[in-house]
Amino acid sequence: MNAYAPILVLGGLGAGFAIFSVVMASLTGPKRYNRAKLDAYECGIEPTPQPAGGGRFPIKYYLTAMLFIVFDIEIVFLYPWAVTFDALGLFGLVEMLLFVLTVFVAYAYVWRRGGLEWD
Amino acid sequence: MSATAAAVHSLWTTRALADTAATPAIPTPHIEYAQLSPVLIVFGAAVLGVLIEAFAPRAARYAGQLAVSVVGLAAAFAALVALAADGYAQGRSHVAAMGAVAVDGPALFLQGTIVLIALVATFTFAERRLDPVAHGNRVDSFAAQGSAVPGGEQEQKAVRAGFTTTEVFPLLLFAVAGMMIFPAADDLLTLFVSLEVFSLPLYLLCALARRRRLMSQEASVKYFLLGAFSSAILLFGIALLYGYAGTVSYGGIADVVDGTAKLTPALANTTGNDALLLIGGAMVVMGLLFKVAAVPFHMWTPDVYQGAPTPVTGFMAAAVKVAAFGALLRLLYVVLPGMRWDWRPVMWGVAIVTMVVGAIIAVTQTDVKRLLAYSSIAHAGFLLTGVIAVSPSGVSSVLFYLVAYSFVTLGGFAVVTLVRDAGGEATHLSKWAGLGRRSPLLAAVFAVFLLSFAGIPLTAGFSGKFAVFKAAAQGGAVPLVVVGVISSAIAAFFYIRVIVMMFFQEPQPQGPTVAIPSPLTSTAIALGVAVTLVLGVAPQYFLDLAGKAGVFVR
Repeated sequence: MNAYAPILVLGGLGAGFAIFSVVMASLTGPKRYNRAKLDAYECGIEPTPQPAGGGRFPIKYYLTAMLFIVFDIEIVFLYPWAVTFDALGLFGLVEMLLFVLTVFVAYAYVWRRGGLEWD
Repeated sequence: MSATAAAVHSLWTTRALADTAATPAIPTPHIEYAQLSPVLIVFGAAVLGVLIEAFAPRAARYAGQLAVSVVGLAAAFAALVALAADGYAQGRSHVAAMGAVAVDGPALFLQGTIVLIALVATFTFAERRLDPVAHGNRVDSFAAQGSAVPGGEQEQKAVRAGFTTTEVFPLLLFAVAGMMIFPAADDLLTLFVSLEVFSLPLYLLCALARRRRLMSQEASVKYFLLGAFSSAILLFGIALLYGYAGTVSYGGIADVVDGTAKLTPALANTTGNDALLLIGGAMVVMGLLFKVAAVPFHMWTPDVYQGAPTPVTGFMAAAVKVAAFGALLRLLYVVLPGMRWDWRPVMWGVAIVTMVVGAIIAVTQTDVKRLLAYSSIAHAGFLLTGVIAVSPSGVSSVLFYLVAYSFVTLGGFAVVTLVRDAGGEATHLSKWAGLGRRSPLLAAVFAVFLLSFAGIPLTAGFSGKFAVFKAAAQGGAVPLVVVGVISSAIAAFFYIRVIVMMFFQEPQPQGPTVAIPSPLTSTAIALGVAVTLVLGVAPQYFLDLAGKAGVFVR
């Protein structure tokens, strides 16, 4: 248990700092809102107001984000292989090609079915 | 440089020169492609299906998908039979893919069962004769366009254009590939990955009903949320077991549990700390019990079974149970046999409440699909009595019961797809009154399935129940068998009630009609009847087969 004490202390300090910052900012900061400040940060859809009566909101942002994650994960797996491809030899090459191929199949599906078009 | 750098401060130092000379050698991994070929064939067929969706014209997709699915599943079954004939089911069984996947009797037996279930399910997925021809197009049980708002303008447009969601075939194949690895997984990480591989396509398939789309989507969300919770619990359990044993391999954990592992300093810290093992093991088992729908982890079952498209319900009820019971058996028999005095009392309790609750709540049901859902919960309880035996006959009886149960279930849900009125399937039981007068053949077939569920002699259900109860009694669980027989009697009451309703009540004036199926659904139903009768009248060959397949590799 002793070995974990620093981690717990660190977690406590981190939580304390976060709570302190948020509370202090809301107490001391000036509040002059305008339209731009209330917008979603940088990108993404407007979270509010929800369409009345359970209407629709665009999911294309999520679609793009999900596609990004797929390729992100692919790169994450390619990096360790790129560092040790000589040690892994032909086996590693074949396995990585199979892996990249399956990702590309998904990519081809998304591309052909219009998942990459924004509108 | 390095000397001065080290002298400035002591937070870091340069490493020794010898260390940088060569990257340490990685032992070259290897994969036994031939032994994994059944799974790889199914996975390859699924990838091919995705390519068909991407590049084939819309009109050609249905035929292409059906051909790829049927050929892929048949080839996978042939590969499984070839592996079994090569002796991998008995003498040569071993662990392939660097300790990730076991190739042994139970794995091959269950994989064969799952592939055959999937083949029959493919037939019911492809059925296009049941819905009346709309706008000149024949359609199946799946949504015209999954993304269209139910009842909205876009949906009407898609229906008029005759769209169909042919993606269900690759989704089915992906799920099957995951299910084939699930009972064969020989380390906890493979177990978790295969669980996700088969769960995610199922969540999607549940949401794709053509009729009653809101209910279908609700079922899918419920299944997804509860499934995500159970996956998280399973994963937490895996982490605790890893913390206990220092390995995720089944054999490695079993060695630590039995105390035969070589003691390393890291291991010496945790051995004797049974809390990690008990909590971790319990959480992993909970995750699996959720998938087999054992009480108290059964809450999702009736809602999901009712809301999902009926072909998907049939597939889920059959194949998920086979895969998850395979994984449960392997976990309890290979990893935790040393803990059996701890887990057996718990499983006793789970089995008893599963049988009793499943049977009693089923009595009050008024919807055929919910009725079959509660009956599948009760069957999970009967299967658990076989699991508790902890003996070779326990394994083989559960394997046999799974075959008997799954084909009857597929047939039963296929019958449900045929009884229809203007709103699609007429699943309310009151509408089934007098069905025996109107279409005696269908009602008779359904009666055979119900009698098999009830475990009446000369049906597959009787042979299966007899096998698991015998194994449980030999394993010293006689009280459990008594509870099992009593709940079978309760269950028989509501099965028989449905039969009485079909044959001895007057049909309603505006009752449902029975659709004439294509040979696809007819084959599925006929196979269900054939398995029911063959396993009921002459079960010995299949009991022997399950007996030969009943030894796990470690």
